[in-house]
Amino acid sequence: MRPRPQQAIDQGAVPWLLAVALATASPHAEHLPPWLSLLFAAAVLGRLWLWWRRRPLPPRWSLALLVLAALAGIAWQYRSLLGRDSGVAMLVTFMALKPLEMKARRDAMVVVMLGFFLLLTHYFYSQTIPTGLWLLASCTLLTAALIRLHGGSQPPAAILRQAGLLLLQAMPFMLILYLLFPRVSGPLWGLPQDAHAGRSGLSGEMAPGSISSLILSGAIAFRSHFAGELPEKTDLYWRGPVLDAYDGLTWRASAPTTGLPRMAPVVEGRGEPYSYTSIIEAHHQRWLLALDVATSLPAGTMQAPTLEVLAREPLRARGRFAFTSSVDYHANRTETAAVLQQALSLPPAINPRARALAEQWKSRPPARIADAVLGMFRNEDFHYTLRPPLLGADAVDEFLFDTRRGFCEHYASAFVFLLRAAGVPARVVAGYQGGEVNPVDGYLIVRQSDAHAWTEVWLAGEGWVRYDPTAAVAPSRIEQGIVAALPQGEPLPAIVRLDADWLRQLRYRWEAANNAWNQWVLGYNPQRQRDILSRFGMANPDWQGMSAALAVLCGVALMLVTVWTLPRRRPTDPAQRAWQRYCRALARHGVTRAAWEGPLAFARRVAAEKPQLAAVTSEAASCYAALRYGRGDSKQLLVLQECVHRLPARWRNSR
Amino acid sequence: MRQLPRLHQWFFGRRSDEHWPLVLGQRRIFIVPSAAGMLFALVLLVMLIGAINYDLSLGHALIFLLAGLGLVGMVHSFHNLFGLRLTPGRAEATFVGDLARFPLQLENPRRQPRRALELSFSGQPLVAIDLPAEGIESIALPCLAQRRGRLDPGRLTLVTRYPLGLFRAWCYVHPAWSCIVYPKPLRTPLPPASPAVTTEHRQGDGGQEDFAGLRPRQLGDPTRHIAWKAVARRSDEQALLVKQFAGGVSDELWLDWSLTPANRDSEDRLSMLAGWIMLAEEQQACYGLRLPGQQIAPAAGSAHRAGCLQALALYETGEKRDAA
Repeated sequence: MRPRPQQAIDQGAVPWLLAVALATASPHAEHLPPWLSLLFAAAVLGRLWLWWRRRPLPPRWSLALLVLAALAGIAWQYRSLLGRDSGVAMLVTFMALKPLEMKARRDAMVVVMLGFFLLLTHYFYSQTIPTGLWLLASCTLLTAALIRLHGGSQPPAAILRQAGLLLLQAMPFMLILYLLFPRVSGPLWGLPQDAHAGRSGLSGEMAPGSISSLILSGAIAFRSHFAGELPEKTDLYWRGPVLDAYDGLTWRASAPTTGLPRMAPVVEGRGEPYSYTSIIEAHHQRWLLALDVATSLPAGTMQAPTLEVLAREPLRARGRFAFTSSVDYHANRTETAAVLQQALSLPPAINPRARALAEQWKSRPPARIADAVLGMFRNEDFHYTLRPPLLGADAVDEFLFDTRRGFCEHYASAFVFLLRAAGVPARVVAGYQGGEVNPVDGYLIVRQSDAHAWTEVWLAGEGWVRYDPTAAVAPSRIEQGIVAALPQGEPLPAIVRLDADWLRQLRYRWEAANNAWNQWVLGYNPQRQRDILSRFGMANPDWQGMSAALAVLCGVALMLVTVWTLPRRRPTDPAQRAWQRYCRALARHGVTRAAWEGPLAFARRVAAEKPQLAAVTSEAASCYAALRYGRGDSKQLLVLQECVHRLPARWRNSR
Repeated sequence: MRQLPRLHQWFFGRRSDEHWPLVLGQRRIFIVPSAAGMLFALVLLVMLIGAINYDLSLGHALIFLLAGLGLVGMVHSFHNLFGLRLTPGRAEATFVGDLARFPLQLENPRRQPRRALELSFSGQPLVAIDLPAEGIESIALPCLAQRRGRLDPGRLTLVTRYPLGLFRAWCYVHPAWSCIVYPKPLRTPLPPASPAVTTEHRQGDGGQEDFAGLRPRQLGDPTRHIAWKAVARRSDEQALLVKQFAGGVSDELWLDWSLTPANRDSEDRLSMLAGWIMLAEEQQACYGLRLPGQQIAPAAGSAHRAGCLQALALYETGEKRDAA
């Protein structure tokens, strides 16, 4: 019994609140200016010292000065107070200084609310599984702080257990709300400039070194899940941008000729098409990586005349797309003259030796010319390497006749140059080749290290036919992947080079978990919500239907939680239960045991009032007395439980 | 707006709580979000707007988890009161200006503890208590005694904000509680024993008293009043019996209303009488009390003192003194 002045903060809660401040603000140290992190650490340590020594808190005016100084510092650092990062910095400042004026319970509540807010801001920077786990841990701490604030002193373990229990009970609500809360696709207003950070991926042009630098990244470009069987590994060509303009150094996609109507692509697929769903990471470009060549497209996308699939907008967030593709196809058997003209154009007066070589082949049919180039790559002393020598102005000449070491972009570039010089329409296709099946969830993972460049040649009657000159030099690149194709010592990222089997297994599991996380947690947008709800039998889900389902399910969950947490009493002793049951049965015969009446005394009274019930009652009473007050055994319990059935039926015993 | 108190009265009701122990059921427990709960809801709303704007999936998860936490906290606040058993006790009499203490026994029949229960009469100091699992605690609820007479503390409010402070669950309990409030004793010297007054009540001669009966002996009864013969006859009784006399003896002291200064107001005069009673009791004197319209025969002991003080407490309040 302690009369407590209302609203004053319990001093024992102060360390809890400081722990909250630490847990919610410290991960921001990674991207905050160092002086702010130092200010935060100093403020928290100072508050802890004041609490430990039971010193009074600093005066308010000094804190106000400190806040003003920190805000000025933030404004100077970020050049604004309104951005995302400066907002986070301000929240951290408040979180650092609020505990220093924390006197009442209300101040402590403000600290906790700030903590909730700060938790949210972590997701600006990272939404990975570890961040999610950090969310749970911090939430437990925040809940524990609330319990400590309102429940008085308890052992910390008991408080944490209680907090964990509350969060566990909150989980069903989170799931229901997550699934059913009508999602609005943001943004509601214009995002600040710093909302999107730059990412790596294929670029719209290819110069020597552009793809080999991409190879060094083990980051995942996209994942695909096939409804049926996977295509052969040698068929896994994922088409990116088609590069048909060459300036002697760089391959680019040609600008569409204005004024001329561009022909829609004509694709004739043969054989069973493959259906698959791809989850493509944001790359801030319009193309969507589809298996060559796509025959049906996801809604809201189009197929360019050069056969790659384009979204309406650059892909700013991870997206999920369903495609159908045929790997055996004829594409654009008839092609416009403008496209063929573009596929023949070369910058004048460069690479004379290559032109001279091509001149010798000009009389041959186009397919034979391509075979001749491939044969040259295969039979002569060409090497596949990530570290080719630098090339000068006549890059193709130097590569073909001097250095003879290169990566896929060198081979593709030289191949197309030779064919164009020999009068055959050809172009470079950039994209990815191959991929690795994760046995844990069956997804095919394609990484940046799978980036590739190959070529297409237009043959009359067949349309665009794929030729991969890299395959001629290093067949294992296509059949087994980049690791097998490159000699030891090439600088590949560690993640694709894992040799130890257990490490590889671990990586598979981790990536499968990440994939599920991406799809179910991060990729849960309005579209996916509609898909999933209609799969659950909610035809044409709209926000009214979702809200109704939400209300009903939350009500049910609330009832379940209420029942689950209902005060539980100690289960009564079986002997007592049997005796009470017997007494209730006896009461129906007209003898009611008074609350104060012991079993034996009651039996004596029954014997006096209802002699016909005397024998069974006295047996029941003596059994109960032995069980309850003496050393009863299980046999007596059985006898006691039987006694109620030995009473005569009531209708026969009517007075 | 004039209807508001009436509405409040109708809604929360002044129920007559007659059956004890009182088990708190769901019809008696009210629950609304506290100010902190409102702030929490506001914070969640702002967070939701931020999460939508920046398309933070994990932010949605956090907000929904917190919303669920709020709901669960509501259930737990409710359960913190639900099923609690209350038994009121008898309050001891007190003096004006002191705190009257109303005892209350709280029983927690369930296997989880209940924490941070706050009990108070309206406008009175708060008592906070934690109940262990399956525990029983007795507390005394303070209520400032401001006026002489019978004190009705009004309804008792039992509040909890445990566990999260986001909801305030409360219930009103209205036991038929009361306690006697004695006038505040005013310390003035005792009046002299007045023979003129005592002789009036003498029946007969030379120290003979009117025998009025027997009663169990109380602390402070003079030993010469013990009825030894009666005690010897009734050997089964443990307490000693004393003879009671209707008349006074020569060292009797009458504390008379008419002895107090007539120019003071009646509350002051009652306070003076109360002070005399306290002094007389300290000196173990035998004293009687005479008020307009009633008198208490001289005697001694704490029961006598309580009877006299009660007579003062209830003087001109239109209430009869307990037959004690």
